[in-house]
Amino acid sequence: MTRLELRDVRKSFGALEVLAGVSLHVAAGEFVSILGPSGAGKSTLFQLLTGAIRGEGGMRFDGAPLDGARFAFMPQRDALMPWRRVIDNATLGLEVQGMKRRAARERVAPLFAEFGLAGFERAWPAELSGGMRQRAALLRTVVQERDMLLLDEPFGALDALTRAAMQRWLEGMWRSHRWTALLITHDVREAVLLSDRIYVLSARPARVVREVAVPLPRPRTESAALAREAAAIEAGILDTLLGQSEPISRSSDGELK
Amino acid sequence: MSVMVDSAPRDESLAVGESRDDGQSPPQGGRSAVTSTFAKFFPAALAFALLFIAWELYARLGGIAPTILPAPSRVLAQAWENRAALADNTLPTIRATLAGFACSLAAAFILSALVDFLAPLRRALFPLLIASQTMPLVAIAPLVVLWFGFGLLPKILLVALVTFFPMMVALVEGYAATSTEISQMLAAMGAGRWRIFWLARLPSALPYFFAGLRISITYAVVGAIFAEYAGAAKGLGIYMLSAKNNFRPDLVLAAVAVSSALTLALFGLAVLVQRLAMPWERAGRDRKPGPSGEGRP
Repeated sequence: MTRLELRDVRKSFGALEVLAGVSLHVAAGEFVSILGPSGAGKSTLFQLLTGAIRGEGGMRFDGAPLDGARFAFMPQRDALMPWRRVIDNATLGLEVQGMKRRAARERVAPLFAEFGLAGFERAWPAELSGGMRQRAALLRTVVQERDMLLLDEPFGALDALTRAAMQRWLEGMWRSHRWTALLITHDVREAVLLSDRIYVLSARPARVVREVAVPLPRPRTESAALAREAAAIEAGILDTLLGQSEPISRSSDGELK
Repeated sequence: MSVMVDSAPRDESLAVGESRDDGQSPPQGGRSAVTSTFAKFFPAALAFALLFIAWELYARLGGIAPTILPAPSRVLAQAWENRAALADNTLPTIRATLAGFACSLAAAFILSALVDFLAPLRRALFPLLIASQTMPLVAIAPLVVLWFGFGLLPKILLVALVTFFPMMVALVEGYAATSTEISQMLAAMGAGRWRIFWLARLPSALPYFFAGLRISITYAVVGAIFAEYAGAAKGLGIYMLSAKNNFRPDLVLAAVAVSSALTLALFGLAVLVQRLAMPWERAGRDRKPGPSGEGRP
């Protein structure tokens, strides 16, 4: 069942064309990634989805025109509020929805163990490691119980080792929860590890240049045979990305916010 | 001014020292904590002591009349002798300072919030506010007294005039320093402008606000004294004026010492309030989140 459907979505900032007709769809319980060179307009796409900016084209959710309240959004950096304790960061979305702080805490507290944050409920974000901060940010995202998760390069700011650990952890979490999720990333390995399908975007102005299904069984981090298959898919995607980004690489100097 | 406000949130609190390691220093470090506190305050104490010793010697051995330059010991003795009059004149100054500062604080919060919601208001108001800071207090104080009399009101106005601007600028810049990712995330959660202001912009501005507060609170007592100097029934300002007219520089300096003590006390109070209001700041200082995440999934 298709939940999110984008048809020919376009966005320009003045003369700068960022999205040149992006079409994609995400089914219920599906993990889909959008992979593209930096500056391709991936974040712009998310801003369109959350309603922060407006563009052209059709955006539908469950067949109806999209409204922003469908998504729980996890921004690039963890965006934890330093002035709120970890548990109060986790309850933020629920509080914005109008839940009383106490009820929100009771809802969130049992999830801390699963997110590897047990015992850190009363800690300040500054006291957490990078990986823990990302898990807290994801916890804050999923407790909103929206229809779909939007993850904007959630592990981009982590060191390589922590990132690999977080990817494994997220895959495990996804297998037990089956969230409908859309992930933005420029990490090919991350996309192949986590996704059911991958949309590869061109450099700016962005179009979908390729759609890659990843039919590998899960979990994907366990066996060597799977790793070889994954590597083959990664290599194919990299060819696509490098093949089409070369002539434009001069202009891809900064990511559009 | 904006440079001060910009850099201030990152610096350590100015005069009132705090050790980087307190709060996490191990219990066996009882003696070393005392020695480290001593080591930290020793240079400042030494500088003060040397200054006063030199002054004392110069006043005593230089053959200078106490009506010109009284020795610190004389100032202290005279302050004690006149403690009743001093206290009597200190209370109105404290009252004017606190009342003026409270009004200034409230005005800064309300106006900064308004300006944050209405950008045109900011463009209309800021030139006016900057112009208000260019007026020489010496000239304005007598006029304000002329217009509003010898009561509390002109003092409140003058204290507010000198303390309002740093806090206002700090707040407005603090709101603007809110992380766009946090704002976008809140918007995606469905928060409106007011919720975003309350949940993100106001807390983001707190470090800036306290930097501005520390600057402006050091002006507050001086502002009150200026107002009293221009005309008052009682207060440290008018006390200094009459002591000067009676050729009693020792009493002028005694009043100066009291006003310095007041300012230092207010500054210390501001630092204390900041600590209580921003407990996360110390948590962040104990452990700088580095790139090293713990690898446990």
